[in-house]
Amino acid sequence: MPEPTALIRIERLCKQYETAAGPFPVLKEINLTVQTGEFAAVMGPSGSGKSTFMNIVGCLDRQTSGDYWLDGEDVRGLDVNQRADLRKRVIGFVFQGFNLLPRMNLTDNVALPLVYAGVPRHERERRAAEVLGRVGLGAYLKSHSNTISGGQQQRVAIARALVNQPRLILADEPTGNLDSRTSEEIMALFRELNGGGITILLVTHEPDIAAHARRLVRFLDGRIVHDGPVTHQEPP
Amino acid sequence: MISGAMLAEAWRAMGANRMRTALTMLGMVIGVAAVVLMMAIGQGAQDDVKASIATMGSNLFIVLSGSTTSGGVRMGGGAAPTLTVADGEAIAELPGITAVAPQHMGTAQLVYGPNNWSTTVFGTTPNYVDLRSWPLASGAPFTDSDVRSATRVALIGQTIVDNLFDSDNPVGKTIRIKQNPFVVVGVLASKGQSLDGRDQDDVVLVPWTTAQRKLFGTPFPGAVRSLMVQAASTEMMPKLQDSMTELLRQRHHLRPDADLDFSVRNLTAVASSMAETTRVMSLLLGAIASVSLLVGGIGIMNIMLVSVTERTREIGIRIAIGAKPREIRQQFLLEAIIMSCAGCLIGVLVGVGCAMLTHAMSQASVVITGSSIVLAFVVAAVVGIFFGFYPANKAAKMEPISALHYE
Repeated sequence: MPEPTALIRIERLCKQYETAAGPFPVLKEINLTVQTGEFAAVMGPSGSGKSTFMNIVGCLDRQTSGDYWLDGEDVRGLDVNQRADLRKRVIGFVFQGFNLLPRMNLTDNVALPLVYAGVPRHERERRAAEVLGRVGLGAYLKSHSNTISGGQQQRVAIARALVNQPRLILADEPTGNLDSRTSEEIMALFRELNGGGITILLVTHEPDIAAHARRLVRFLDGRIVHDGPVTHQEPP
Repeated sequence: MISGAMLAEAWRAMGANRMRTALTMLGMVIGVAAVVLMMAIGQGAQDDVKASIATMGSNLFIVLSGSTTSGGVRMGGGAAPTLTVADGEAIAELPGITAVAPQHMGTAQLVYGPNNWSTTVFGTTPNYVDLRSWPLASGAPFTDSDVRSATRVALIGQTIVDNLFDSDNPVGKTIRIKQNPFVVVGVLASKGQSLDGRDQDDVVLVPWTTAQRKLFGTPFPGAVRSLMVQAASTEMMPKLQDSMTELLRQRHHLRPDADLDFSVRNLTAVASSMAETTRVMSLLLGAIASVSLLVGGIGIMNIMLVSVTERTREIGIRIAIGAKPREIRQQFLLEAIIMSCAGCLIGVLVGVGCAMLTHAMSQASVVITGSSIVLAFVVAAVVGIFFGFYPANKAAKMEPISALHYE
């Protein structure tokens, strides 16, 4: 049984894709527990299964076998609508490509999750303005996403992830399209959010970025080969 | 999902590609306009025919007396003195017959003051006006006692009034018909043209006895050229035709193998076949117009499919931030319905405009009925839902991961 404090608890989780050449295993017997308030970086080469793992954690994909509890709920037993509700309540996503909607101003972009949560309009706008202020974009409420810089777009995406007051942020290569100075700023923002009690799971290729986290999980060939605290001196 | 926000989303999505949205709607506009216009023209034609039929009177037979030969010259139908007013009275006894009126007609010159006019004079009974459903504009019909005593009284049609009376009220005035003074007791309401184009108002009605004894004379008193017979309902008419024929055959003492010396004609048959023709024509027009509505609907489906593919990534984002498949489907369906209903609204306006233009340019009757507009709206909404459903469902069933990674 999962401990009440574990935000993520994964046991013997397997995922395989059906290919023409037969079943192809991507994740093999993954075990992982993440407590509330952790800041973990997930690393690994391409094809190591880390993206598939993140999709399953984000309830966007389903495991082939094994157990996954998110915030105490057994995700395996949930249908597509219940998973949507769980996502809405617990998780905020930040993508590599920012994925803002064009033709919408920043406030509307940030408020979009609240639309699906059934929050009334004035309340949506109030909360969107609040989180935009929190990521340092309080002056750009009515700007459009194509008129601001990449770093600013990623801040908007983070604001959108925050607007539902999630307990967990899943960031998939959030600095992949940004220069190193902007990346540092974004990571500083993540650290600040983590300091405020939000659990963060971050996928990255870059050791510099992973060094901002407090825990490092390394994937290789569908297995976790390393799981421990980040040590700043030795190269990870 | 809040509907206001959903409407705003749909508005934004349609506004993003204005030209495409407008062209998609154009298909719907043309389809609906075509349906409204064609139904208006069809209804107009049907109403015209109905009005013409109504002026003739409903469920009518005409019984004609047979022909005769005089010195080798055959005189044509109605010339033989075989059909009598007594025959008419016997026919009136048949169950299902509501009225019988004899017709004894001739041409006569009318004079009133300085004016004169030649017209057809019908000798008949008072119920003739009921039978032809022909109301009086003023005055009263002559009576059965006028028929018994062959009084010189006349009912005149509107054309007679126009040609003889300048501005006087004709009722109570005395006109001369073939030099005989007749008192005008009433004026018939105008009926206009008959189906074959005759002026139905160019007529004078007098008691048949007066026509026979005082106007035209006849060697066979009581014999008439034709009888007009009205049945209680259209359905009974074929059977009544047979029983009338049988009755007259007995009354005229005809041997079973002898030719009939009279003929019975069903006037409704012609009218109903004309009505049927126009009905089929307007149905055909509607059917052709519906095809363009269908094409408009397929246009919407086409564009919605393109739109769903273009917005694959957007759909992925929406699912990731908590949209349910149902909400994605509703959003795309709403877009399709808005496009088809907006197109329909414009189409109704265009259709009504075209109908008015058609009327102004060709004088053809067009009748825009509320039901055709309601029908167009219902069809447009159904088309929007039907053709919007497949693309919307495709969007809703998208896998979030592949949608997010779609380039």
